[in-house]
Amino acid sequence: MSTTIEKKPPSEPKPSLFSARHKKLLGDPLNDNNPITVQVLGICSALAVTVKMAPSIVMAIAVVVVCAFSNLAISLIRNIVPNRIRIIVQLTVVATLVILVDQVLKAFVYDVSKQLSVFVGLIITNCIIMGRLEAFAMANKPWPAFIDGVGNGVGYGIILVMVSAAREFFGSGELMGYQVVPQALYDMGYFNNGLMIMPPMALITVGIIIWIQRSRNRKLIEDK
Amino acid sequence: MDKDSNRFTFIFSSIMVVVVAILLSVAAISLAPFQAKNVRIEKMENILSTVGIVAQNDEAEKLFDEHIVQQVVLDVNGQPTTADVAAFEIDLKKELDKARTGKAASQLFPLFVCKKQADTFYIIPVRGKGLWGPIWGYVALESDMNTISGASFGHDKETPGLGAEIDTPAFEKQFSGKKLFNDKGEYVSVETVKGGAAPANPHAVDAVSGATITSDGVSEMFNRTFTSYLPYFKTKRTGAGQLARSN
Repeated sequence: MSTTIEKKPPSEPKPSLFSARHKKLLGDPLNDNNPITVQVLGICSALAVTVKMAPSIVMAIAVVVVCAFSNLAISLIRNIVPNRIRIIVQLTVVATLVILVDQVLKAFVYDVSKQLSVFVGLIITNCIIMGRLEAFAMANKPWPAFIDGVGNGVGYGIILVMVSAAREFFGSGELMGYQVVPQALYDMGYFNNGLMIMPPMALITVGIIIWIQRSRNRKLIEDK
Repeated sequence: MDKDSNRFTFIFSSIMVVVVAILLSVAAISLAPFQAKNVRIEKMENILSTVGIVAQNDEAEKLFDEHIVQQVVLDVNGQPTTADVAAFEIDLKKELDKARTGKAASQLFPLFVCKKQADTFYIIPVRGKGLWGPIWGYVALESDMNTISGASFGHDKETPGLGAEIDTPAFEKQFSGKKLFNDKGEYVSVETVKGGAAPANPHAVDAVSGATITSDGVSEMFNRTFTSYLPYFKTKRTGAGQLARSN
């Protein structure tokens, strides 16, 4: 995954910000190399915040921000980080960014930060972020690392939004907090599926998404 | 310098820690006023929402000053005190903790007197335990010190979709019209009932399905908090000539 790149100062002007390689960095995690459905990382938080759509979307944005900027920061200092403490350094960078995001949310979008409560803090433990830092940012220049972070954050976010839409729809009959299942259906004896708001159903929903994705994407079908 | 030497590792980590500390301190200090304002406004919004006044962000402070005509601090005997603290600033958690640490006699309880058109409401903060953390709320009583006019709840980290439903209007509006005292003037509080409360029962509301512990926490919170205010209710209720035979 990590290609060898000659060491040049990061300030060197780049020929194209969105070359084919950069586009691939951005697009790969959305499907072929999705952090949740293909790499099976970050499952824990995907299960925790996907009961309703609105918190999942904010969570997705927060993860994109943290993933992108921690990749950028680690990539900038990758050549001076002592090898033995690199994980600690990565963790510190991620934790700092997460605290900043949390504080900013509390100051400017207080309602949303209340909805997310502890989950913002739990971004620190998201394996995707540490995974990208270790696998990509430590070996690549800042701009590709930033793109890679955005791509993986968005790849995570898409699955989060899909799972939460399914769970909110079947579990509460709502989307984004608005009632979408008509009252007439309830009058006819329809019930919200209470099981959908329980954590295990998130896992099963993710499983179904993986199943659909694998059956449609030829690249992911493994040879016997 | 060899970047894997002990020396460099120590230097690097020291610098990193200092940089991070400075960054976070600056962020925390510069954002603190915004956050404090949000918390303050939220508290005002919650207090006002119990009497059906919807305040949006910036109006909250203005509406609060307009409607909350008096803030009273009560001592354990239900007497208004001239304690050197504003009712709004009282941290109910600390006051309730005093009961556990044997300082119950010095407990202070805040009370907000609200005027909305011709009606007077008494708004009382409540606080208790949910499943994962504290739950709290505000309850507005009508001037008979018995009928609940409205309630609003908050929680720290109850399960979304389950315990977290206590702060939804659907749950909160059930409390309107419920009564704290029975016909004989005895204190019975309001309870959450699993499987649905009888609509005619003035002392029960529906619990949240799948959230037994949070619902029980609401019952417990009501019972405990209002017990603290009973002496005050008594002076008010007998003083007003109502239910003089209570007890």
